[in-house]
Amino acid sequence: METEMENLVPTQTYGMILCCECGREILSNPSNMCVDCLRCKVDITDGIPKHGNLLQCKKCERYLSPPATWISANLESRELLAVCLKRMKTALQRVRLVDASFIWTEPHSKRVKVKITIQKEVDGGTFLEQTFIVEYVVHNHMCTDCHRVEAKDFWNSSVQVRQKATHKKTFYYLEQVILKYKMHQNTTKISERPNGLDFFYSIKQDARKFTDFLTNILPCRYQSSQKLISHDTHSNTYNYKTSFSVELPPVCKDDIVCLPKKIAQQLGNLGQLLICLRVTNCIHLIDFNTLQIAEVSGSFFWRDQFFPICSPKNLVEFTVMEIEPIRNRHTKLGEGTLSSKHILADCWVIKSNELGMHEDYVHTRTHLGHLLKPGDLVMGLDLKNSNTNNDALGLMKESDLPDVILVRKIFADRQRRRRRRNWKLKHLKGNSKDNDNYMEFLEELEEDKEFRKNIDIYIDGPDVQSSADETEYPTVSLKEMLQDLSLKDDVEMEGE
Amino acid sequence: MAVRVQFENNNDIGVFSKLTNAYCLVAVGGSENFYSTFEAELADTIPVVHASIAGCRIIGRMCVGNRNGLIMPYSTTDQELQHIRNCLPDEIKIQRVEERLSALGNVVSCNDYVALVHPDLDRETEEILADVLKVEVFRQTVTDQVLVGSYCCFSNQGGLVHPKTSVEAQDELSSLLQVPLVAGTVNRGSEVIGGGMVVNDWCAFCGLDTTSTELSVIESVFKLGDHQNQGTVQSKIRDSLIDSLV
Repeated sequence: METEMENLVPTQTYGMILCCECGREILSNPSNMCVDCLRCKVDITDGIPKHGNLLQCKKCERYLSPPATWISANLESRELLAVCLKRMKTALQRVRLVDASFIWTEPHSKRVKVKITIQKEVDGGTFLEQTFIVEYVVHNHMCTDCHRVEAKDFWNSSVQVRQKATHKKTFYYLEQVILKYKMHQNTTKISERPNGLDFFYSIKQDARKFTDFLTNILPCRYQSSQKLISHDTHSNTYNYKTSFSVELPPVCKDDIVCLPKKIAQQLGNLGQLLICLRVTNCIHLIDFNTLQIAEVSGSFFWRDQFFPICSPKNLVEFTVMEIEPIRNRHTKLGEGTLSSKHILADCWVIKSNELGMHEDYVHTRTHLGHLLKPGDLVMGLDLKNSNTNNDALGLMKESDLPDVILVRKIFADRQRRRRRRNWKLKHLKGNSKDNDNYMEFLEELEEDKEFRKNIDIYIDGPDVQSSADETEYPTVSLKEMLQDLSLKDDVEMEGE
Repeated sequence: MAVRVQFENNNDIGVFSKLTNAYCLVAVGGSENFYSTFEAELADTIPVVHASIAGCRIIGRMCVGNRNGLIMPYSTTDQELQHIRNCLPDEIKIQRVEERLSALGNVVSCNDYVALVHPDLDRETEEILADVLKVEVFRQTVTDQVLVGSYCCFSNQGGLVHPKTSVEAQDELSSLLQVPLVAGTVNRGSEVIGGGMVVNDWCAFCGLDTTSTELSVIESVFKLGDHQNQGTVQSKIRDSLIDSLV
C-alpha cells in the first residue's frame, strides 16, 4: 500500500538545456547561460577600483581612516582590513561582500593586497560570485598629532598655575590631588616654572576642565587670555591659543597671617593674628589665643587679600618649659566657632639654642595644648625680635602682640621619621621635588588627617612592620593606604 | 531552414508574425525588411500577407491558426478581416471569436493536428478551435505557465518548450502532441519561445539575437534543412516517442 502511495508522488527531473552561448549542457537558470559564459559576458567587479591608496603616518605608524581618524593597525590585522574596505565602501555598496582577506606582501614593499569575494545579481535572478585582488599602495602622510609634535606645536591651551610662596608644598599637595582624580591624563606636557607649574593641553575644553577642577580643590582665581594664531577669512574660523592663568593664594599651612581689623570682625570677631591650619578648598584659620576658627572661601580671600607675616624660614625652634591648659576661659560675646580638636594652653618657652643659658622663659598662649608637654620642641615665630613687614601688623597696638607665636610641634628627628615611613606617593613627571620641602610635606600629611583626605597613599615595601614606638609621632594608618597595582607610563614611581 | 530576423530592432518576432503551413501573416512595419525576409523564404510556396488586427501590429499574439483555418479575436475590424480573407486561399476558414482572453496567440499553441490551450479558455472557443482548425484540443500548462502560446512552439515535426520544463512534463506533452519536444531557449537565453520565433514544417524564423547553439537546437528539433546527423537530440526524441508508445 505504502509503495503504491509513493509511486503516486510525481518526480521532477530537471531537464538539461544547452547553454545558449557555448552549447554546454546545463540546468536552466534565469539567464540560461553557463557560468563561464555569464562571467565572460558580465563583470560584476566592474566599477570597483582594483587599486587604492592608504595613508600611513611614518612616525606613529597609524593609518588614516577617512575622513580624519588615525587608526593604529598591524599588517594583516582586522583593523587594517577595515580601513582597506572602508576606502572602497561606495563601490562595494552595489554588491554583496562575501569574504575579504589579506595576501601576504613583503612588509617593506609598501603594498597591501586584499583578496575580496563579492556576489551580485545579474540579469533576472542569477547570482554571480567573483574573487578579485585589490592592491593598495601605502603612502606616507604625517598625521595631525605627529605634525603638531614636529612643528613644536603640541598645545593650543595652557594652564599656568602660580603661587607667590617661597616653598612648594602647595604644589606637592596639588600633584597628589591631580593624581587621585586622574586629571593629568589629558595633558600633553607638564613643565616646571619659577613659582609654579604649566599644564599644556591640545584641546581647550580639557584646559577649562582642569581650571574648573583647580578652583574646586583650592581657593584660587584665574584669568584667561587668548592669542590669535591664524584665521581663515573665507570660513570665518579663528585659531587661538588659550592660556588660563591660575593664581593660588599665597597663604599656606602653618603660615601666620595678620588680618586687617575689619576683616577679622567680618570673620566672626577673631583676633587679627591667626595661624593657617590648612588650605583645602578654603583657607582654615585658627586664633591661637581663643581657639576660634574661621574658614575663608576663595571668593572672600580674593576680595580682601591678606598675606603671611613671615615665611616658614623665619620660624625658630623653641623648647617648652612649662605648659598649663586653660580649662574655663571666659568666652566673649559674639564669638565664632571654637575648635574642638585643639586645647588652649598657657605655655612658657625658651629658644632651644638659648636653653640652659638663662631662665627668662617667655609666656605665650598656644592652641597646641593637646600636643605639647614640657620638654617638647616646637617651631614658633619670635615676633618680638623679628622684623616683619605687614601693613595690618603695623597698625596693631604693640600691647596686643604676643612675644612668641607657636606654630607646630616638632615630633621627632626627621631622619628617623623618614626611615620609619612605610608609605609612599605617586608622582607626576615634571614636578621635581627638592628634598627638604618635600619631607615637610610628607610630615604634614602624617600629622593632619584632614589634609590627606584627597590623597591616595600607597604601601611602600612588601613588609609593613609595626614597631613598638608607634605612639611617638603621628603616622598614616594602614587602613588609609592603597595597594599599588599598576603603574601607568606617565606616572613615575619613586620609592622613598 | 532557420532564419534570423528582426522587427524594428525587436527580437520578439513571434509577436509580429504568424506562420503556418498554408500562409504567413506579417505585421505592417516601418520598413519592408522584415516582410521581405519572409517573402524571400516563403513567397514561392505560400502567400505572405501584410496584416493588422484591431489596428495593432502584434498580430502573432492576437490570432491563432494552422493550415486549416485562422481564428481572429473579436476586436478585428471587418475591413481587416476582409483583407485577410481576400489574401488567403479559399479553403482556409477564417473565424472571429468572442473570447475574454483575446490574445489568442498567447493562450493557444497549435500545429495542424493538436492544440494546447490555456486552462481558463472559454468552452465555446475550444469548440470553435476544434471545428475550424480541425485539431484535438488539450487544456495544458507548460511548467506552470498558463500562457502556453508564449512559452512553447511546435510544428508537425517537433516542438520547443520552456527551458525549465521537467523531463516528466516534456514526456507528457510530447505524448499528447505526438511530436518530439525539447526544452530550449531563443534570443540568447530568452524563455519566451512563442514570442521569439515562428515555425512551420519546413521553415523557422527567430530573433536576431538567437545564438548558433540555439539555432542548431531549433533546426534539429523542427527537422529543418539538411540535418542528417541529429545526434543526441534525435536519440532523445526517439526515446521519448518509444516511451510514450509503450
